[in-house]
Amino acid sequence: MADLLLECRRVTKRFGGLVAVNAVDFGVERGRIVSVIGPNGAGKTTLFNIISGFYRPDAGEVWFEGRRIDGLRPDQVAARGISRTFQNIRLFQNMTVLENILVGMHTRIRANVVQVLARSRAFREEERALVEEAFRLFRFVGLKANPNELAKNLPYGEQRKVEFARALASRPKLVLLDEPTAGMNPQEMAETTQLIRRLRDELGITVVLIEHQMRVVMGISERVTVLDYGEKIAEGPPAVVRRDPRVIEAYLGRGAALGSAD
Amino acid sequence: MLAVGAYIFTATLITLWLSGPGLRQVLGYSLLLALGFVAFLGSLLVLYYAPLSRNLKLALGLIILVLLLPTMGVQNTFLLEVATQVGIFAALALGLNIVVGFAGLLDLGYVAFYAVGAYLWAIVGSNQGNIAFNTDIFPLAPAWFFPFLLMAVGVAAMTGILLGLPVLRLRGDYLAIVTLAFGEVIRVVVNNLDKPINLTNGPQGIRAIQRPPLFFKPVLTALGITADDATLYALYFYFLVLLVVGFAVVLTRRLENSWVGRAWTAIREDELAAQAMGIPLVRMKLAAFAAGASFAGAMGMIFGAKQYFINPESFTFMESIGVLAMVIVGGMGSVPGAIVGATVVTVLNLQVLKGLSLLLNQLRATDAVIPVINYPLARWPTQLDPAKYERLVFGVLLVIMSILRPQGIIPERRHQLELEERRAEAAPALAPTAGGGADG
Repeated sequence: MADLLLECRRVTKRFGGLVAVNAVDFGVERGRIVSVIGPNGAGKTTLFNIISGFYRPDAGEVWFEGRRIDGLRPDQVAARGISRTFQNIRLFQNMTVLENILVGMHTRIRANVVQVLARSRAFREEERALVEEAFRLFRFVGLKANPNELAKNLPYGEQRKVEFARALASRPKLVLLDEPTAGMNPQEMAETTQLIRRLRDELGITVVLIEHQMRVVMGISERVTVLDYGEKIAEGPPAVVRRDPRVIEAYLGRGAALGSAD
Repeated sequence: MLAVGAYIFTATLITLWLSGPGLRQVLGYSLLLALGFVAFLGSLLVLYYAPLSRNLKLALGLIILVLLLPTMGVQNTFLLEVATQVGIFAALALGLNIVVGFAGLLDLGYVAFYAVGAYLWAIVGSNQGNIAFNTDIFPLAPAWFFPFLLMAVGVAAMTGILLGLPVLRLRGDYLAIVTLAFGEVIRVVVNNLDKPINLTNGPQGIRAIQRPPLFFKPVLTALGITADDATLYALYFYFLVLLVVGFAVVLTRRLENSWVGRAWTAIREDELAAQAMGIPLVRMKLAAFAAGASFAGAMGMIFGAKQYFINPESFTFMESIGVLAMVIVGGMGSVPGAIVGATVVTVLNLQVLKGLSLLLNQLRATDAVIPVINYPLARWPTQLDPAKYERLVFGVLLVIMSILRPQGIIPERRHQLELEERRAEAAPALAPTAGGGADG
């Protein structure tokens, strides 16, 4: 295998009697844009939660840059260079747009509490540099709102962009995007697709996304992994996966799969 | 500018006139004095909102607090006592605001840290230490007061961490209940720790607590200023409290406008997302508890020394609720709000309610009647004495606030950030929408 940035080895997660993710192998090469698709309840978000440290897998291992990360806390995983967005936007509502982005930089802060209390030179310079970078990210994701506006006052599309900027603020090596185009109109969707491509092309970030919009999935992903009932049922380039009878069956039912196999 | 100056000048003159000895026999004097004092303290608020330069505001504020208020205080030591109490509660409210306002952790046992600070000095600063440890080295000399003030900060912060460690897995209501219990546990422990070792002297409390050293007295004598010790101590505690509140404000502000404050607020807003951004929840929550507790520790110690006597009754659940009420009334997460909240609630309790009671007593002694229903005030039952309705006032105040202004008197305002080089050109462009970010 090529240079694997992220690797899940036979990862399993159970909730009571339900097996949400069942012995899934999932590898992501450095510098790729990869999609995870599947019907509702297939275990996609659970997989994200396992990778980002919110769930501890019941079995299996997660490796990132050659080191095991399952069992680490979410903040430790973030510090290793994995950041994420959420399916239902989870901004810090009563903080400004810029503050949201600055919180995203938490793992990179060097000034300690003593320097903060003393307002030392090092602290002030770091703070200024971070604010400048926050403004750069603000422009990078194409935000048009007032940077000092509270996040909750922003329209939906802008909130999505803030979440993007916040996820990029830690200078991650890998971002996990959970349905980044949910609730968007076709134009916003095209913009977002473009933005995801720029993450990889301009910032060199590896991207894994969960997505329901097939146009987005087929348009940008280089590999697609399909989950159904917690199991991986297909994997490969989008053009191949979309013709896979098991995938069609998972989405449209058995009859449809038989029909299209002809 | 002129209006601000005129207001401050008038309020000061009126209060100075009221605090003088001439009017004390007038009906409802203490109520009048309270109103004058509120108007006088209000001049700080006027200053806060006045369109003046930062330095000018600071200078005027200092003149009010360092010169004018003590001048009134010397004329009328009760005002100085009220101001000192306001300061003590302001520091407590600032500390609790870090925990509840910034980090969003509802702490109902905050008074525990206050008690820790108070008892720390009470034990070593009185004969109680000898009883407890069977020695004769106590009470420590007054000069030890200041090293122990630092220690009180440290010990209270440690207590905060020790409390935080087991309970911070809990959220919301559960955390509130556990902290409430912790506050009560500390009080009950203090109440019962007169045996097997008599550490706290139980419900009798500890008396004859050492006061801080009057190190400046030789200077005053050399300058030809003589004052009796009572006034001197009253002024001393006022300035000490003022200094600590000043420190608390500066430190809180610095924490607020840094990654520490941002991390706390992020936790308050969305714990899960905050963690995904790499914020270590437990460590940051413990830091909030420790920071909040340290203010209470320092103030508890000063309170003990000022009162000369403490017992567990000073550290009841009602105190925690009182401080929480100040934070909520002032505006959660707002530093000026915490101070205004502390002032409003304290002045209401110490001056307005007591003033009403005194007025009522004065009226009772006369043959005044309530008009229309012809009810003689002499028959007014003592149970309806306004000073007994402190708790009712908390409740009513909170209800009124939550209906009319749930975000508090001075709501939290987020820090407005700009690029250094863009500040000049960008400001006009952002101006039309900039106002919207201020509220909420």
